[in-house]
Amino acid sequence: MKVVVDMNKCQDHGQCVFAAPDVFSLDDAGHLAYVSDPDDALRDEVEEAADVCPLQAIRIED
Amino acid sequence: MNGRIVVAGASMGGLRAAEQLRAAGWTGAITVVGDEPHMPYNRPPLSKDVLAGKAPFESLAFTPKASTADVEWRLGAKIVAARLAERTVELDDGSALSYDGLVVATGMRPRRLRCPGPLAGRHTVRTLADAQGLRDELTRPGTRVVVVGAGFIGCEVAATAVGLGVREVTVVDPLPLPMVGPLGELPARALLKRHEERGVRFALGTGVAGFEGDDRVTGVVLADGSVLPADVVVESVGSVANTEWLQGNGLDLSDGVLTDEHLRAGGHPEAVAVGDVARFPNARYDGVPRRVEHWSIPTDTAKHAARTLAAHLAGGAVELAPFAPLPTFWSDQHDFRLQSFGAPGLGLEDVRVLDGEPEGDVLVGYHVGGRLVGVVALGGHAAALGAAKYRAHLLKQPALTA
Repeated sequence: MKVVVDMNKCQDHGQCVFAAPDVFSLDDAGHLAYVSDPDDALRDEVEEAADVCPLQAIRIED
Repeated sequence: MNGRIVVAGASMGGLRAAEQLRAAGWTGAITVVGDEPHMPYNRPPLSKDVLAGKAPFESLAFTPKASTADVEWRLGAKIVAARLAERTVELDDGSALSYDGLVVATGMRPRRLRCPGPLAGRHTVRTLADAQGLRDELTRPGTRVVVVGAGFIGCEVAATAVGLGVREVTVVDPLPLPMVGPLGELPARALLKRHEERGVRFALGTGVAGFEGDDRVTGVVLADGSVLPADVVVESVGSVANTEWLQGNGLDLSDGVLTDEHLRAGGHPEAVAVGDVARFPNARYDGVPRRVEHWSIPTDTAKHAARTLAAHLAGGAVELAPFAPLPTFWSDQHDFRLQSFGAPGLGLEDVRVLDGEPEGDVLVGYHVGGRLVGVVALGGHAAALGAAKYRAHLLKQPALTA
């Protein structure tokens, strides 16, 4: 699974971190970091993360 | 799986319902009916970045999941009546659709002021067309803006208007402080100060008696008879549920659609409600049914309602825990953000500063019986992250009893 975050849209709300903590995190400065090729077993939580992003900045590209 | 589910409403709640029905295993037909001409789009930026011109209108469109590729979208069409007993809905073109399952996702529309005066120059902010029309007027030189209603939308629009460089922005509200209903006095006072420091004027503790102008609004008449000159008026005075089409079915429509703990309407196992039109009991709190207009709610309700409906249509029992979302909201205004988790509205009697101070970044806690039920942060990014630290704690709290 390939995950792409549009960093021009991202405003560091952090909702994705709650939904998929194995894939998304906030660094010490509070900015988003993420795993761009997570294991397919995490698909449900990545989809949830994409759903709850207030800026709709997360895309899952198979 | 045969049969059809009709989703009434093609905004975020309708889209999420369609997606979640597929995720819940429904393989039958899905027809989504919505009165706007657009595919579902994200509304929060309409009062913020899109109104400010920082993001294009095109950027708002949701990307529907691949699982919804075969969903039928009836856009620019409106459901005008429903007969739940016969499982049919009627559209405004006179046609009828029969269904096996119904999702009510028709949302809200802005409440309008009924006081006398011209309509031209008066705006609401709910749809893409609304925001486009308002942006056209706010970007004219020398514009004086009066915002009626100091809630979420009013405060956001006032901040955006200041950012656009309009000549003057005044927010009018009968309450003494902006957003005091959802926030309580302490954060609302801090919010007022922040807005005033950034150039927003306020006329608080006063209502609107009418509008001046012949063909188009030129001023807002306040309850004491004084007049605020206005080239543009924004009415942000709450919303009205789009439930007229459901009348005559014995449902409680007194404020949205009353549902049970699984989002079923009026004891109909084949009719569920999602989004801000649903008035549901939250098992996390006191069990009192409430509508919730936060952005997170369409997604949360759609997931639960889709499972409820798909299980029923598959002939099985609903084996879900009662719906118990943790509410969350945010609001971006000027250069700061309000970020909330939990239910601050339930703990307005006991509001405490948890971190920081009202003059700077501040984190406020709301309590019932000494127990934390919600937090609100006001300030920069660090303040919002401070609120997020309480989320896990709020999730772990046992349910409040009625």
